[in-house]
Amino acid sequence: MSTEARRHLLGIADLSRVDVERMLDTARALERTLDREMKKLPALRGRLVVNLFYESSTRTLASFELAAKRLSADTMTLRSSGSSVDKGESLRDTALTLGAYDPDVVVVRHPQIGAAKLVASSTDAHVVNAGDGKHQHPTQALLDLFTIREALGRLDGVSVAIVGDVLHSRVARSLVEALLLVGAEPVLVAPPTLLPRGIEEMGCAATTAIDAIADVDVVYVLRMQSERMQPGAAFVPSLREYTALYGVTPERVRPGQVVMHPGPMNRGIEIDPRVADSGASLVTTQVRSGLVVRMAVLYDLLIAPGLHVAAPALEVA
Amino acid sequence: MSLFCRNGRRDSLTVRARIVDAGEGLDAQGTVTVEDGIVTAVETGPAAPTGLVLAPAFVDPHVHLRTPGREDEETIVSGTEAAAAGGYCAIVAMPNTDPVVDTASVLQALVERAREEALVPTGFTAAISKGQRGEELTEMAELAAAGALAFTDDGKPVASAQLMRRALAYSAVAQRPLALHCEEPTLTRDGHMHEGAVSAELGLGGWPSVAETLMVERDLALATYEARPLHLQHLSARASVDAVRRARLAGLAVSAEASPHHLCATDEAVRSLDPNVKMNPPLRTEDDRRALVEALVDGTIDCVATDHAPHARHEKDVPFEEAPFGVTGLETAFAALNTYLVREGEVPLATVLERMSAGPARALGLPVPRIAVGEPANLVLLDLDAEWVVREDAFRSRSANSWLLGRTLVGAVVKTVADGRVVYAA
Repeated sequence: MSTEARRHLLGIADLSRVDVERMLDTARALERTLDREMKKLPALRGRLVVNLFYESSTRTLASFELAAKRLSADTMTLRSSGSSVDKGESLRDTALTLGAYDPDVVVVRHPQIGAAKLVASSTDAHVVNAGDGKHQHPTQALLDLFTIREALGRLDGVSVAIVGDVLHSRVARSLVEALLLVGAEPVLVAPPTLLPRGIEEMGCAATTAIDAIADVDVVYVLRMQSERMQPGAAFVPSLREYTALYGVTPERVRPGQVVMHPGPMNRGIEIDPRVADSGASLVTTQVRSGLVVRMAVLYDLLIAPGLHVAAPALEVA
Repeated sequence: MSLFCRNGRRDSLTVRARIVDAGEGLDAQGTVTVEDGIVTAVETGPAAPTGLVLAPAFVDPHVHLRTPGREDEETIVSGTEAAAAGGYCAIVAMPNTDPVVDTASVLQALVERAREEALVPTGFTAAISKGQRGEELTEMAELAAAGALAFTDDGKPVASAQLMRRALAYSAVAQRPLALHCEEPTLTRDGHMHEGAVSAELGLGGWPSVAETLMVERDLALATYEARPLHLQHLSARASVDAVRRARLAGLAVSAEASPHHLCATDEAVRSLDPNVKMNPPLRTEDDRRALVEALVDGTIDCVATDHAPHARHEKDVPFEEAPFGVTGLETAFAALNTYLVREGEVPLATVLERMSAGPARALGLPVPRIAVGEPANLVLLDLDAEWVVREDAFRSRSANSWLLGRTLVGAVVKTVADGRVVYAA
């Protein structure tokens, strides 16, 4: 994580491979507690986690809220709707205002790139980026790594095809970085108009050929951002044509492959319902992973002793 | 007369330094004497203190003074004080104010204020289209008579080819050049930075270089067809520069600007997500930067223009996409070019000095500052070795949205003489 006194998780670039492995190990330890009758752990008792959400979100917000509660932290959620944000307050001022409550962690989701970084520069809290525009969504990438590792038993050398609207996807950007960090092999698959020029310079492969998904271990389907398909802003001629050319259908999924999706799914557009509901689908596993990985991130930021160390002993007794 | 400033007594002074004026074929140690604002002697002589260079003062063809309308960001007083501190003896203000400079009455009011307030001689441009809406031409002849130096819709492109053609043709009546901001707007919608590997990684909407080049090619073709001269503003891309070079070889009278930030920095800087590296056109690749530098050296780009664009702190202290385009530059232009181009061996000092002074003066039809007996004193004394840190609280400009905040630069303005008056002394 970043080497400042206050550690933040603003993007995958803040993490080393050791950091990632420590967090995933912590998440695995935490997962064992989910099956207990008493699911709450005292680790973050008395700590305050503020969720600052400027964008609609169901699963990410729910996941962070529950993660904080399971670790006994106090939580407070502020949404843009109905708050001072609607009265024209700047993000900087909102962050400074929140600082008066001495939060330990501020979780930020915002439609604009760099928003979490801006909050980090104006608060004493640890900041977790829960999605900033098309830029980064690091906890999604971590939960995806966790899901892959649990399903396949490894990350090193795992090949992952990320299929769909790469251009507008923070999930794709974080995931490519995270996969490269742990020695996996991402390949981006998208129509030419949704594949950002120069993206392969991140170190991943990129192709417009859907056939590329035949060779991978994991097919990762991105949500088609239908709102980008309005007349005049159409990146593909029609959703129908997109589905025909790039939809992940049973015919395109090979036995032995697993299929993932960050949600929410557009069934029948980027992913065929038969695939989404098949045994190859890890979609609900991803949601469960999201909870334990976010618990692990909060734990790591507030409790873990330092940088680049092996997993700390986690008291789950 | 097309430059305006407040009255004041002409000064007398003697300066001993290395005197560099490429136009006069001068690069020698010596002494320049100024009496009552006029150069009365230029003598070569004993070695001057190391690092001191005396050159013709700078001319900035592209400044946003934010007056009228946004005097919280810049005024004629603060903008010309910044210019003086940057070594300028003349600056040219853009018309994208509130209201837009599109009628003689708005321009006349500005001229009156400049006559009362401007420390450094200031010229004004007027809009090509009413309200810069890109629909109807302004009354160019009347605006020219009221003092407009040139016409520009800077900040916005003239999207309609038909309107651009008419503006070119009609500018012959006004006898003033057009200065063009080249951007094909349908390609830059939602664009916040150069489209390339960095924007792909960051997820920021791309402003592709082809959007500039397309408009440069269109306007060069129209200017050739109408046989009218053209001034192209703040070029940023290799292909645009190549197009200008070809057009000039083919005989078109075309001048072109590049800004210090485009000459010295690349889109890699945007990884910081610092809104102070957001400008229009955006910082481009190292290949584009090198093309601009080569063009500055061979004269294809004949003007350094700061595109000084002050913005209120609170408007830049927001996420990158929300921030307005533009950075300040008057007080750092020479030091940036000296630090990143001259000292790195990319451009000779004499070339930088020429492109900051005679080049822009010629492009906009202004008197060329010269170090010669009988000329009005327009001089800048530079210390090439002085190191300083760019600090937010040290600007004369009312705004501090510099892309150089916190950086250590080498080279400082020691003294500026504009139209015979000492307007700045460190």
